[in-house]
Amino acid sequence: MTEQEALHQRFNKVWRNLPGWGTLAAVNHTSVGRRFMLTGAIFFLIGGLLALLIRMQLALPGQEFLNPDVYSQVFTMHGTVMMFLFAIPILEGAAIYLIPKMIGARDLIFPRLGALGYYCYLFGGIIVISSLLLGMAPSSGWFMYTPLSSTEFSPGPGSDFWLLGITFVEISSVSAGIELVVAILRSRTPGMTLSKMPIFCWYILVTALMIVFGFPPLILASILLELERAAGMPFFDVAAGGDPVLWQHLFWLFGHPEVYIIFLPAAGIVSTILPVFTGRPLVGYRWVVMAVILTGFISFGLWAHHMFTVGIPQLAQAFFSMASMLVAIPTAIQVFAWLATLWAGRVVYSLPMLWVFGFLFVFVLGGLTGVMLAMVPFNWQVHDTHFVVAHLHYVLVGGMLFPLIGGLYYWLPHFSGRMPSERLGRWGFGLVFVGFNATFFLMHLTGLLGMPRRVDTYETGFGWDWLNMLSSVGSFVIAMGVAIIIIDVLLHFRFGRKAGNNPWNADTLEWTTGTPPTMYNFASLPEINSRHPLWDNPELLQSIPAGEHGLTQIEHGRRETFGTDAITGKLKEVMLLPTNSWLPLLVASSLAVVCISLLTRSYLAAVVITIVAAIFLFRWSWENGGHPLAAPLGDKEPVEAPLQSRTLDGSGLWGMVITLLADGALFLALLFGWLYLWAVAPNWTLPDESLVSLPVMAWSGAFLTFATWWYCRAVKQLKAGDDTGLQTRFWVVTAAGAIHLVLLVGVTLVSPLAITELAHDAVLLVMLMFLIFHSSISVIATALQALRVRYGYVSKELPYEPVVLQPLWLFSLATFWCSVASFLLLPIAWGAA
Amino acid sequence: MDIKSIAKVTGAATVLLLSGCSGAFSTLDPAGPAAGSVLPLTLAMIIVALAVFVGLIVLCVFAVRRNSKDISDAEVQRLQNRWIIAGGIALPTVAITTLLAFGIPIGHSLLPLPFQEGEVMRVDVKARQWFWRVSYPERKIELTDEIHIPVNTPVDFHITSEDVIHSFWAPRLGGKIDAIPGRTNVVRLEADEVGEYRGLCTEYCGQGHTAMQFKVIAHSAEDFEEWLLQQEDSDKND
Repeated sequence: MTEQEALHQRFNKVWRNLPGWGTLAAVNHTSVGRRFMLTGAIFFLIGGLLALLIRMQLALPGQEFLNPDVYSQVFTMHGTVMMFLFAIPILEGAAIYLIPKMIGARDLIFPRLGALGYYCYLFGGIIVISSLLLGMAPSSGWFMYTPLSSTEFSPGPGSDFWLLGITFVEISSVSAGIELVVAILRSRTPGMTLSKMPIFCWYILVTALMIVFGFPPLILASILLELERAAGMPFFDVAAGGDPVLWQHLFWLFGHPEVYIIFLPAAGIVSTILPVFTGRPLVGYRWVVMAVILTGFISFGLWAHHMFTVGIPQLAQAFFSMASMLVAIPTAIQVFAWLATLWAGRVVYSLPMLWVFGFLFVFVLGGLTGVMLAMVPFNWQVHDTHFVVAHLHYVLVGGMLFPLIGGLYYWLPHFSGRMPSERLGRWGFGLVFVGFNATFFLMHLTGLLGMPRRVDTYETGFGWDWLNMLSSVGSFVIAMGVAIIIIDVLLHFRFGRKAGNNPWNADTLEWTTGTPPTMYNFASLPEINSRHPLWDNPELLQSIPAGEHGLTQIEHGRRETFGTDAITGKLKEVMLLPTNSWLPLLVASSLAVVCISLLTRSYLAAVVITIVAAIFLFRWSWENGGHPLAAPLGDKEPVEAPLQSRTLDGSGLWGMVITLLADGALFLALLFGWLYLWAVAPNWTLPDESLVSLPVMAWSGAFLTFATWWYCRAVKQLKAGDDTGLQTRFWVVTAAGAIHLVLLVGVTLVSPLAITELAHDAVLLVMLMFLIFHSSISVIATALQALRVRYGYVSKELPYEPVVLQPLWLFSLATFWCSVASFLLLPIAWGAA
Repeated sequence: MDIKSIAKVTGAATVLLLSGCSGAFSTLDPAGPAAGSVLPLTLAMIIVALAVFVGLIVLCVFAVRRNSKDISDAEVQRLQNRWIIAGGIALPTVAITTLLAFGIPIGHSLLPLPFQEGEVMRVDVKARQWFWRVSYPERKIELTDEIHIPVNTPVDFHITSEDVIHSFWAPRLGGKIDAIPGRTNVVRLEADEVGEYRGLCTEYCGQGHTAMQFKVIAHSAEDFEEWLLQQEDSDKND
């Protein structure tokens, strides 16, 4: 056995998944990423079948192939599956699989969170799909406009399946978003500054941050609508002072960034592939980075362009119209950067490149119709017609599916170590490209001729017949193309020729992890000083697996990777990564049971299982730091840098802060809802005096303020290296926090809130529940910290965890006083003025 | 993909646009000033968009074909600045500014602004699952799925809903507006010629969505007065 093989054996022993069923306990990003992508591909096929059903129904006028009820379920589920169960998860899966390999890390930073995300996605997806098999799928369109989706007009469980299942899936999206942000910022291999990152990482960083800010409004909206349906809290009911348009705002506040959340990773794939096949670095790297960041910002300012026909004020329409057009600028910058790269290099016409060309063709057309749609008078004409259907498919299929399949062919040798068939691949591309344009190009005209979307049939004689027939034929051509691609991919695992280590002569580090990759990615972690490491330093392909770089000791049996500075990439610490664990599966399974209990309206069961899930989660947090299952003190400490549980600003703190950003976005969405209803809802009423006792809130706030202050003081002392009396201090914080919490729960229970009659009171209750939720977690986590000090898992040598918890206390404090000010005091001040 | 086939597709599309643009719901066959003022905007945008598209594809083909010689890094730098500033920033900025310069006045002209003198005629439309209830304020006329208006007269349609969200659209007359419970939206439409115009609901509103259509019947001024009298008479007789 050579030395390199021996090294591989030693690493593999620590990093491999458990055998047999134990593979379900896998947390490794390669396994989790593959599972995400495979599951996403299956959902894509389901969504595609639904699309074929739609096209069969619309092929001829006056057909009764599907009745209106089934048809509405089919088009609702087509959109829902494609957006929530295919597009986002599969791109996240790709990012989960690729990012650590591109930045020179052995795994993502929170491996168990990744596994939890996968199971939430899988179970949520199964719940959503099961509604279709049970014949009770949601049927009010994938954007679920109220009041059509409310109890009165959708009495069956269809809407509940959507709201609960999709929220469940969103847990996975947000957790992956948080994980990717922290991984990209804190676990790049030493020397890789932000500006040396592969361009794909920039795209994913921005996308992940957009997920962090963009998903919470939809999560809030789903919670509100489910509360309205289950408990009769009338947030969207005009008669009770709510407003159905609030749903639209919250939905599109998520929904528009979502389009870019889907597009940006795919554009990242293009920016990665294109330079490899032109043999030139991407022209205008900095411009592209700027454009991507700009897209992220602008995408949050144009949600109302989905709502131009709602009757929003004129000035707002002008603003959103302009913002929507502005997004053409960063997009055009990227397009011209790609064109300039093509111009500067020598193009190799390989399969991935075909898909990139297809992408350019289709996506540019979609972008142009997008600018047209941003023109308000034109929008009034074609909104909700087949013109929009054509536009959105050009943008999403062109902007996402084409690069994704290009990426599939590009990284296929990486997954399997084998090459796909050029011939089958070209047929697959040709059929999909031709079929796609046949389906959707003249659909623009169908829309201009006035055919609205979501009609289950149409009369003859409006000039729509042959256009629909063409679209239907086209859709089956796409299906044939997809079938060929699937056959190609399946066959290549057996018949494909061996790929070798770097078949495309690519520039990025993922090609040094082996084809197929090892479970630990890199036997040694190199210092990287180039944006194109494999072009500037091809011997990395040999030296990394040979163990010639950093962090090669593995005898301690810990999974480790380097933690580096967010900007400069300077080595800061050695991160300990958790190994295989059943906890993610246990947590996700219990959450799935909660979800099903809510669907069947067994609320007692839901409460009990939620507590079980919480216990699993706290157990999860227990196996950290100096715990014997993690890294107790004195156990073969690494030589290069300290273990992160011995440091003060490890990845946990970053994870906490990013999580709180998502949480803060949820709170802001709630605040937006409050102010929006106040300003707009026609029957909104404010009570004469506060329904929630202000003196009790003040006392509760005082205890919270004290607890937070005392906690911060304890952390400050700990940071100064003093852990005397730490346990007592944490117990004092816990006690003060508990008193705050008791007062808060008490005031919630005794306040005379008419939550089923007034939207105002219902929103107040949600606000109070938000505060109770956060304070409870802060208090319980602090009590656990006190216990951990007692067991010796936290001390001045292990000061990592109390630092992580500090932002949570500050967040609880800030949201508490913000809520008191804007939900309780502002209305009084307003009434007095 | 070569230029010829693209040219063919665009040519075919243009021919189709010119010949097959009529139809009871066609936005390309306007019959009133609101729809009429949007059509030139539509056509102009389609032409510009196709031109930009063809230009980009041609550029792409040239960029791909141009494989002959190596370029130095300094040249790439110049190329980057030139292409990104001209194509990535200047092109969309100019295009957007032009669009807005034409589009905003058109949008403004479509607004139901108060008249200088006199009052604009008003029709109330209440949407329900799955029909339209039409009434004329101050007259006891109630109709279903049928709206009578005088020709060449601007009419303000006050749209609301009694249940879920619907959307009111008579494509040949003008743009759509949502019918939302709890609020009233106004859209101003006018028919140029006597005749019957079709309309439909464009916001998915449940299983009767497809069938939720209506007719706008434009009468000459005299016929309209007569129709009004007739309606009120029949009302009295009831």
